[in-house]
Amino acid sequence: MSAPSDVPLAVELRDLRKNFGKTEIIRGTSLAVASGERVAIIGPNGAGKSTLFNLISGRLAPSSGEVHLNGRRVDGLKPYEISRLGLARSFQVSNLFTRLSVFENIRCAVLWSLGYRYTFWKFLADLDDANARTDEVLAMIKLDRRRDVLAMNLTYAEQRALEVGITIAGGASVILLDEPTAGMTQSETRRFVALIRDVTAGKTLLTVEHDMGVVFGLADKIAVLVYGEVIAFDTPEAVRANPRVQQAYLGSVLADAQATQAGH
Amino acid sequence: MGWVRASLPRRWLVWGLFAAVLLVAPRVWTSGFAHTMLSQMGIAIIACLAYNVLFGQGGMLSFGHAVYSGLGAFLAMHTLNAVSAGKLGLPVSLVPLVGGLAGLGFAALLGYVTTRKAGTPFAMITLGIGELVWSMSLMLPEFFGGEGGITGNRVVGKSVLGVSFGPQVQMYYLIALYCFVCTAALFAFTRTPLGRMLNAVRDNPERVEFIGYSTQHVRYLAFMVSGFFAGIAGGLGALNFEIVTAEVVGAGRSGAYLLFVFLGGATFFFGPIIGAVLMVIALVLLSELTKAWLLYLGLVFLFMVMYAPGGVASLIMMNLRVAAFGKLRTLWTAYLALAATALIALAGAAMMIEMVYHQQLNTALGPTLRFLGATLDARSADSWFGAALILVTGLALFELVRRRFVEQWGEVQGQIEREIERGKSP
Repeated sequence: MSAPSDVPLAVELRDLRKNFGKTEIIRGTSLAVASGERVAIIGPNGAGKSTLFNLISGRLAPSSGEVHLNGRRVDGLKPYEISRLGLARSFQVSNLFTRLSVFENIRCAVLWSLGYRYTFWKFLADLDDANARTDEVLAMIKLDRRRDVLAMNLTYAEQRALEVGITIAGGASVILLDEPTAGMTQSETRRFVALIRDVTAGKTLLTVEHDMGVVFGLADKIAVLVYGEVIAFDTPEAVRANPRVQQAYLGSVLADAQATQAGH
Repeated sequence: MGWVRASLPRRWLVWGLFAAVLLVAPRVWTSGFAHTMLSQMGIAIIACLAYNVLFGQGGMLSFGHAVYSGLGAFLAMHTLNAVSAGKLGLPVSLVPLVGGLAGLGFAALLGYVTTRKAGTPFAMITLGIGELVWSMSLMLPEFFGGEGGITGNRVVGKSVLGVSFGPQVQMYYLIALYCFVCTAALFAFTRTPLGRMLNAVRDNPERVEFIGYSTQHVRYLAFMVSGFFAGIAGGLGALNFEIVTAEVVGAGRSGAYLLFVFLGGATFFFGPIIGAVLMVIALVLLSELTKAWLLYLGLVFLFMVMYAPGGVASLIMMNLRVAAFGKLRTLWTAYLALAATALIALAGAAMMIEMVYHQQLNTALGPTLRFLGATLDARSADSWFGAALILVTGLALFELVRRRFVEQWGEVQGQIEREIERGKSP
């Protein structure tokens, strides 16, 4: 582990397992992500990438093993408890407050972190810090001109941006993005990767991604998940050179990605 | 928030108007009967707005909200009787607050179980708790007064500044004051962090859990807010009627809240106010007019669910939008035609319904009945044939007009969308 011993790891998985009935989806995954590291999790379909995110964020409880967040054990906690400890996640399918405006979507995501909790004795309009932070986030995700539009009336790309906006709004130190660019066109993807890089600057980032162009654009380390096991966790170059990875999965995909990158 | 400040004067205007209507209404409709109706409307407005905290704002479908208004009413009545007996020194005007605290207390107790679930399980639990409390009301006659209920007298001691709450109009003004304050408080609630998170829980409970909030806790707190205001409505009802019977906690009352909040429009804050007014009109006036009033109510409900699921409030708001773009002119002939054909169909249906009811309930009076100035013979084929003809004609014409209207409506909406896109605002 490269992190200095006095700074706790941002995310640490210890022999994590998850089975649904007799099917074991996550089979003893261990992973140590240092604070500020930017990690892409790749792997073939059905490798358990989304399940892994669900385990880390509390959507699912692991069958065995441990999840540590900033040095605290969090497996078995509720999603909102984990969220309060500084972890935020996005979803593969946009998961918005459809009947609220763009502004309200972001403001809802800001409230807890600024300590407003279940307040019913203050008006939202008077919460200057929450409203300022909301405006700031809207500017970051470039939706400030769409602030009063209902989330359900946004275009697909705008909904993906709002999805990321809700995720980062609360100022979490660890950000999990589940296929943030899924379904976007190539040019949209390129712009969106730049946006993600900006809004997650200085934070620990874990992202699940299929698009290798996005992976190389965002991550300084790659974790390869195959059938519920991390078979490699290293810098992109080292992962690319890893014979086990090539054998299991990467060979063809990497070749494609290099072709795409050359095309950029 | 610049745009919030800009709309402030309009908000003052709306609230001023609301206060003025509450103040002036009993001067416009001066009969004793009108004062009774207005009092009931004031109470119903609080109850329906309280219910809508769950239904419209929180997406919680409760089939048992009369539990909280009803238990509030019983505790308020017991308090009133304690005050009458000199055992408690509390002004009568504050007795509804006791009802509110009772509603809050029972919501805290029963709501803890209810709000652990959302969606269908939530609805089932409210139904179960409603039945539970209803059956308790028969088992505990000391508290619920058995079949006769419990009575009280709201005139206690000497009048203060001429106010004894003896005359109905004095009771009305107490109700109106509570109505205004509760409406303002519930509106304010929608503008707070908890009020907004309640909307978020309605829209997407899963995501709420990932931005730091426990959906269960949000639902629980909202349930208590709703229970408190429902209890106030119950307490006012106890003072107003001076009798509380077990039916105030019953499923019928709970169903009425749901039905009329839906009819009024749950998606807008003011929808339940319209629903409450409709509720009193239906329960008091319509039931006087015809024995088949529940059947008519059911038909109206069906019709609204199918054609205007947003309720009266959304119809108003949609037409206000059309009016703001100056396009209401193009629609009013269609509205006139819709209304006329609907009335024809309704007349035909009503003739048949009234004949059936007449035969079932008034056979001793002979087969003939008066209906809208015409004499119908419930036993003759002519009357039935005529009624059926009117109904079918009305329905056919209505459907024709409706199709034409739907086209026109779509056209107008398209024009408005284009104008918005071109950056024109009303």
